[in-house]
Amino acid sequence: MEDDAPVIYGLEFQIHIIDFDDENNIINKNVLLHQAGEIWHISASPADRGVLATCYNRTSDSKVLTCAAVWRMPKELESGSHESPDDSSSTAQTLELLCHLDNTAHSNMACVVWEPMGDGKKIISLADNHILLWDLQESSSQAVLASSASLGGKGQLKFTSGRWSPHHNCTQVATANDTTLRGWDTRSMSQIYCIENAHGQLVRDLDFNPNKQYYLASCGDDCKVKFWDTRNVTEPVKTLEEHSHWVWNVRYNHSHDQLVLTGSSDSRVILSNMVSISSEPFGHLVDDDDISDQEDHRSEEKSKEPLQDNVIATYEEHEDSVYAVDWSSADPWLFASLSYDGRLVINRVPRALKYHILL
Amino acid sequence: RRECPLAQLMDSETDMVRQIRALDSDMQTLVYENYNKFISATAISPSGMDSQCCLEDIPTVQEPHTDSARISATLQDRHERITKLAGVHALLRKLQFLFELPSRLTKCVELGAYGQAVRYQGRAQAVLQQYQHLPSFRAIQDDCQVITARLAQQLRQRFREGGSGAPEQAECVELLLALGEPAEELCEEFLAHARGRLEEELRSLEAELGPSPPAPDVLEFTDHGGSGFVGGLCQVAAAYQELFAAQGPAGAERLAAFARELGSRYFALVERRLAQEQGGGDNSLLVRALDRFHRRLRAPGALLAAVGLAEAATEIVERVARERLGHHLQGLRAAFLGCLTDVRQALAAPRVAGKEGPGLAELLANVASSILSHIKASLAAVHLFTAKEVSFSNKPYFRGEFCSQGVREGLIVGFIRSMCQTAQSFCDSPGEKGGATPPALLLLLSRLCLDYETATISYILTLTDEQFLVQDQFPVTPVSTLCAEARETARRLLTHYVKVQGLVISQMLRKSVETRDWLSTLEPRNVRAVMKRVVEDTTAIDVQVGLLYEEGVRKAQSSDSSKRTFSVYSSSRQQGRYAPSYTPSAPMDTNLLSNIQKLFSERIDVFSPVEFNKVSVLTGIIKISLKTLLECVRLRTFGRVGLQQVQVDCHFLQLYLWRFVADEELVHLLLDEVVASAALRCPDPVPMEPSVVEVICERG
Repeated sequence: MEDDAPVIYGLEFQIHIIDFDDENNIINKNVLLHQAGEIWHISASPADRGVLATCYNRTSDSKVLTCAAVWRMPKELESGSHESPDDSSSTAQTLELLCHLDNTAHSNMACVVWEPMGDGKKIISLADNHILLWDLQESSSQAVLASSASLGGKGQLKFTSGRWSPHHNCTQVATANDTTLRGWDTRSMSQIYCIENAHGQLVRDLDFNPNKQYYLASCGDDCKVKFWDTRNVTEPVKTLEEHSHWVWNVRYNHSHDQLVLTGSSDSRVILSNMVSISSEPFGHLVDDDDISDQEDHRSEEKSKEPLQDNVIATYEEHEDSVYAVDWSSADPWLFASLSYDGRLVINRVPRALKYHILL
Repeated sequence: RRECPLAQLMDSETDMVRQIRALDSDMQTLVYENYNKFISATAISPSGMDSQCCLEDIPTVQEPHTDSARISATLQDRHERITKLAGVHALLRKLQFLFELPSRLTKCVELGAYGQAVRYQGRAQAVLQQYQHLPSFRAIQDDCQVITARLAQQLRQRFREGGSGAPEQAECVELLLALGEPAEELCEEFLAHARGRLEEELRSLEAELGPSPPAPDVLEFTDHGGSGFVGGLCQVAAAYQELFAAQGPAGAERLAAFARELGSRYFALVERRLAQEQGGGDNSLLVRALDRFHRRLRAPGALLAAVGLAEAATEIVERVARERLGHHLQGLRAAFLGCLTDVRQALAAPRVAGKEGPGLAELLANVASSILSHIKASLAAVHLFTAKEVSFSNKPYFRGEFCSQGVREGLIVGFIRSMCQTAQSFCDSPGEKGGATPPALLLLLSRLCLDYETATISYILTLTDEQFLVQDQFPVTPVSTLCAEARETARRLLTHYVKVQGLVISQMLRKSVETRDWLSTLEPRNVRAVMKRVVEDTTAIDVQVGLLYEEGVRKAQSSDSSKRTFSVYSSSRQQGRYAPSYTPSAPMDTNLLSNIQKLFSERIDVFSPVEFNKVSVLTGIIKISLKTLLECVRLRTFGRVGLQQVQVDCHFLQLYLWRFVADEELVHLLLDEVVASAALRCPDPVPMEPSVVEVICERG
């Protein structure tokens, strides 16, 4: 498993690949130099573990340009089990540039998203008020702009965040700009839904429920996390108001979508159990074939218990604003959070809850 | 000889006979009683003592007896003849009466002397019945029957015409009953007739209800109903019970059904009329009308206990009372909303130059007194229902439930709760961004709720309890619960106020950071205008809050304000923090340093609940604003000059904001953080000389 941590140290920009050995509780770190500039957003290819895309700031004289590019990690790091010495600076390696997501026409790339579950050929970048869909060709060495759409309207519209829905054959993308959430169809590049004033203030992040195709979570500067059914955009299905400052990140657990992780600039990470709107509202569904009647009976009994949404845990290990949280893609019970001061915290879902969900 | 009428003779004769018999029997008794004496006398006589005198006595006793027997024997003959004659005479007279009966009856019927006719008929009936086997009698009977039938028919006719009032009808019925008409049928007819009249009354009442014509007021209406319908019903019931008492339970049941049906129709009409009254404001008239209504129904209620008219009436009164309470609650709510609208208008009204609009404190006082007077008016209005002179006020409902559940819980507690809810709804307004609710209104409401918590609620409830001596076992909401609710509302409102005001200032700061190109900016010569604006707005908020809330406590820190803290803030700590650390070789030190420092400073909860005082409110607002500034700065990249500008701005803020907050250390911390973050976001961090910063700030 890996976790990429963009940290700015002076003028040298690095990507840290952190190996967490669950069994031995050992953390290993590999440092990659990202010489192009300061990284603002990073996302790994779903198909090729060695490929990743970044959005980065390039400062020239008196101008800051945010660009995006696709990179390949050095081969030996891909394996993950590579044993590297502790001293990171001495073994710092450089990323190999695959291609720029050409930004002559569009600057200020806010974020880059890969097509989930795809072959790693399609990528979308959000630049100012444009959505750009790129085709990566010739083993990602060339990016061709396939199609694009832009947001019309008054004022300076600017996308802040976007997610690619894993449902509907990966034809939907949701974006956030200011207080509005929008859904787009990638085939026609046209808007399919729009949630105006989804949040009282800026929407910082959103995420799709991996198991329920119309469900979407969003978070923003109004300290709230909201859950939406995109078929009914007039009001949220549920609202959480646990944080005391802007919520920067919201993430569904990849397999148990009742587990929702949020990180906020109140320096807290909160793990919530949103059972009532999850795909498993009555607990884990057990196939009849797999278990004996007795067990079946027991699970039935359990499902009758009123399941309530609640906060499972509030993690206060961070001393400063938490800007990123994410689940491990390998172990559904593991997650990491990263704060302003460069502290990366890896946590596990409480054991009791894990068993409660599994059994 | 004296002349005597035969009858007298006969009478004296029978009298005499009776006397004779009495004498006779007396004598016999005497003999029997003295039998022993006679025996002993006969026993003594042989002894020859007093026998002579005894034997001489006996014939003298027997003499009158034989005389009387002789007389009666002589008279016997005559007596028998006379008796016979008298008997014949009586019989003849009876016969004569019988033979004359048809004509007499006809005459009576013609003359309309139905009572007489019925009496005659009654007398003849039995005899005719007995001798109907004799042809002559049979004829008479037939005649009589024909006439009687006619009589009955006429009586019925009269009964049906009904031009006459209920008493005469009752007479008709009485006569018909005497004629042996079937009682059941008569019951039916009587009731049917009464129904006709009562329905007439109901129709006239309904006409008064009519949709368009100017209906008489409710008092008049119930008066009409009371005298017309209820009075009529009373008469009918009384007459019926008198006439058909012999009918037993079946008759009573019929009457009850009748009364029940008509009564329910009457009630329906009354309820419709009362429903029209719901919107009206005049309780006293309504209560008087209800009183009349209720009072009027007590008479038939007593007559027809089984029908439950009185109970139904009480129920209606109760229902109306409940509805009135609901109406008053609505009224209070509307009044509260009206007050809020007034406040909004007052707040939105353009300020005339030189003349300040009504201050917040004044507005608050207006709202509070207006609501209080509304509450008092409502209490006074519903108090009428429990006045002593009102006939229903001693019903258990009005003594117990009405006071406790209705007035205290329903009206007063209900209103206070709804007030809190209305107030809280301003916190949940979806348009957080637009700020549809003016912040000043939030502040005012919060203070209002707090005042309610501290004094008004207990005052109102005491007032209510005094006016309505609550004396039943229903659980009532304790004052403390309500107070807690009010306090919670006040707290939420104030917190929301802080958020809204914080957001306003945050947006200013945010725009100022986001829209500026921090890389190519000019050398800082001035504090940016937006910072001055922030300080101005904060001062304005401070004034606003100060109008309604007390100062609150702040940490005593220093009298010598800016100088000392400034030196700490910008020279030693700040420089120590970032100046040496921006060489790539020593990244760890920076983090270590800042982390260690944070270990010793407490975590700042940005959106935290506030206390009810000015300092706490201002602290909240400033915290939110500075945290926003911090986060925005972290998203930008600064040139050297940009960093210096941030330095200047922060110092300026620090100079002016410390005085508003509870703990000035907090402002320092946050501003330090802002500058440190800006420095981190700067590729070429060369801070400005503190002295220069100071000079610029003092100048601007």
